[in-house]
Amino acid sequence: MIITEGLTKVFKIGKKQKQEIVAVDNLSLQVNEGEVFGFLGPNGAGKTTTVRMLTSLIAPTRGKAVVNGLKVGKDDTAIRRCVGILTENPGMYERLSAEKNLQIYAQLYDVADVPATVNKFLQMLDLYDRRKDPVGSFSKGMRQKLAIARSLLHDPKVLFLDEPTSGLDPEAAKMVRDFIEVLKQRGRTIFMCTHNLDEADRLCDRIAIFKQHLITVDTPAALREKLYGRKVVIHLREMNPAWADLLRSLPAVKAVEVVDQKLVITLEDPERDNPQIIRHLVNAGADIRFVGELRHSLEQIYLEMIHSEKGGAV
Amino acid sequence: MRHIRTIIDKEWAEVFKNRMVIFTIILMPLLFTALPLVMLGVMGGATGEMEGAVADVPLGFLPACEGLSAGDCMQIYLVNQFLILFMMMPVIIPVTIAAYSVVGEKTTRSLEPLLATPITTVELLAGKGLAAAIPAIVASWASFGLFLLLLPVIGVSKGVIGYIAGPTWLLAVLVIGPLMAIAAVNFSLYVSSRVNDPRVAEQISAVIIVPVMALLFAQLAGVITINVTFMIVAIIVLVLIDIGMMYLGASIFDRETILTRWK
Repeated sequence: MIITEGLTKVFKIGKKQKQEIVAVDNLSLQVNEGEVFGFLGPNGAGKTTTVRMLTSLIAPTRGKAVVNGLKVGKDDTAIRRCVGILTENPGMYERLSAEKNLQIYAQLYDVADVPATVNKFLQMLDLYDRRKDPVGSFSKGMRQKLAIARSLLHDPKVLFLDEPTSGLDPEAAKMVRDFIEVLKQRGRTIFMCTHNLDEADRLCDRIAIFKQHLITVDTPAALREKLYGRKVVIHLREMNPAWADLLRSLPAVKAVEVVDQKLVITLEDPERDNPQIIRHLVNAGADIRFVGELRHSLEQIYLEMIHSEKGGAV
Repeated sequence: MRHIRTIIDKEWAEVFKNRMVIFTIILMPLLFTALPLVMLGVMGGATGEMEGAVADVPLGFLPACEGLSAGDCMQIYLVNQFLILFMMMPVIIPVTIAAYSVVGEKTTRSLEPLLATPITTVELLAGKGLAAAIPAIVASWASFGLFLLLLPVIGVSKGVIGYIAGPTWLLAVLVIGPLMAIAAVNFSLYVSSRVNDPRVAEQISAVIIVPVMALLFAQLAGVITINVTFMIVAIIVLVLIDIGMMYLGASIFDRETILTRWK
């Protein structure tokens, strides 16, 4: 659905435009149809610039990008017609009513039945009762909902969400996440820039970690495995250091750490190896209270990747 | 065409929610209509004293006085100075609206979602330009209509009314006014799309009034005589200027620069 090859954007700045800033460097990736793709990176990483290029708002300096079979730089109007974008700032017309805001965009996107479509989205996002109120009187969450509705009016094939829950309170953020979940279930392709790593972990099928260039791209689970391996935590009633040595002697065990009353064991395939490990521990006299998989947060993965920046090898 | 209508509708819905803008659109034409009426009213009571003053009327203007009394001739010469006011109206009124239209959207961050729609640059500029120009043109035409209606009320002679309702004034108000409005709007849109602060846009756009003021002073100094020939030349020049400005405006409207440059 989205393919980029060597996509690069260089901004020229300074009085004589002689200074160059590489905002996006040689980005090559593929986003599949129906996928929710998380695009993670620190502030100033070039995420918004990437979204602007993919929505044909700005032209790439080098490289190619194809969105829904249409070429960026060649089919720009057609691309803008088939994608929806939620910009980082809702950017609504504050003096106008919610209904009027949506009507304007429905007309600009050539929606067939403007009143029915606008009413449908106002009802869907629970804004119908406030439809006549000026957007300036809305809370941040309501504006964000309205901006999401605006991005969906023309039933776009691809949806670009730039920080969809940024600055929202937990309730509004949950509402937005739930709505993204609904869109995901309906098979929409979603390209989402976010700083909220927990959100990315929950919603995204795959994530890319990006800082001017692509650092890595994979599913959250695969990234965890690549970076930390798979780890099992065994909580014991009491700890005997000999049990750690016993486990280290087993060929399936890659590493063992002792943390208080817990053994943290790195395994290649926990589903295959756990029964054997537990059997050995029980036979050695260990009282097992609990067994679980140690799940590193996406935040840990992200920070590791960003700090080791040259981690293209990961 | 549908996109242009939508932009006009959007601009008007926003602009007319601002009472100060409505005030400007109504007050200025009323003021500019009242000034020549007061002048004509005052002169009407002093027609006899004007007879000798006809000698001061520039020679180039005298053909317009054919068949009129000396007092009427003096009246149409003096009222002609106010013709510039009716030409100024469609220049001054839309400048504020047009100057704000692009940079205003940029500062309120509504420009990016707007540019992300399938609207073309020509549609966007045409919509914003017409939204600014139409109220100004309608206001100036309405004030001219009111001016014509009130002339008999203040006792202006039929000869003077006939001159004001004649080709020179009609060409100025009905043709030159809109052409000047288009030029002013294009200039303001150009400025609005190049700066990052609405106040700067308004200040720079106000420069457009300078050529009109120059016209006023040139007429007062007797350098030019406003008559039908002058109007036809002005129309040809303005049409060329408008075409050039529209082409230039569309070709230099750079979405990328507008969205990404803040200095």
